[in-house]
Amino acid sequence: MEPWEEEEGPVKKFMYVNRKVPYGTIYALESLEVVLIAAAFDQDVTLVFIDDGVYQLMKGQDTTGIGMKNFSPTYRALEGYDIEKLYVEKESLESRGLTPDDLVVDVEVKTRSELADLMEEQDVVLSF
Amino acid sequence: MAMLHTVNKSAFENRSLDSCIAHAKPGSSILLFEDGVVAAMEGTVISDKIKSILGDIKVYVLGPDLRARGLSTDKVIDGVTVLEDYGGFVDLVTEHDNVQAWL
Repeated sequence: MEPWEEEEGPVKKFMYVNRKVPYGTIYALESLEVVLIAAAFDQDVTLVFIDDGVYQLMKGQDTTGIGMKNFSPTYRALEGYDIEKLYVEKESLESRGLTPDDLVVDVEVKTRSELADLMEEQDVVLSF
Repeated sequence: MAMLHTVNKSAFENRSLDSCIAHAKPGSSILLFEDGVVAAMEGTVISDKIKSILGDIKVYVLGPDLRARGLSTDKVIDGVTVLEDYGGFVDLVTEHDNVQAWL
């Protein structure tokens, strides 16, 4: 048996908390990179978008004018990596005048209190 | 003495815009760019803050930074001027006597 064929290790619950506007800082892109690493190790991955993190999922991003790569299509590809738990905070959308129709993927909208509960259930919480 | 103030941080998570507004005198200008552009949008909890200063202060927002974030120029607050490119930023700098960057 080759090392990579060994029995599967423990599966932990990982939550990635995304709170920043994309492009002004590197947080949003770095989060995506680390999410894909966790997916490669078949972990139980949840992404949440709260506060300014909701802007990461905006439809119609066009970065040609700022000379940076538009990485928003990657969110639509996450399903292919078995990452299907994407949650957006209701209160964060509302305070920014946004609705789920403004977003690039079908997400589940959860309340702040629901997300607080979900956060407590995790083994590891990573903040971006 | 017209002064240009620039804000490049989100007003939802940072006090830069508040400090900027508190220090900007009538006749001066504010440019929102990078993550700061979110404050230019209509229908948010901070829209009124921008609307309240528009009579005294010219407010600009950088179009390329709006478009990068999927923010439609159609939903920018009435009275806020959208600059089409970074050349517009340079023009603003030359048209003002000095610049304060609220980082």
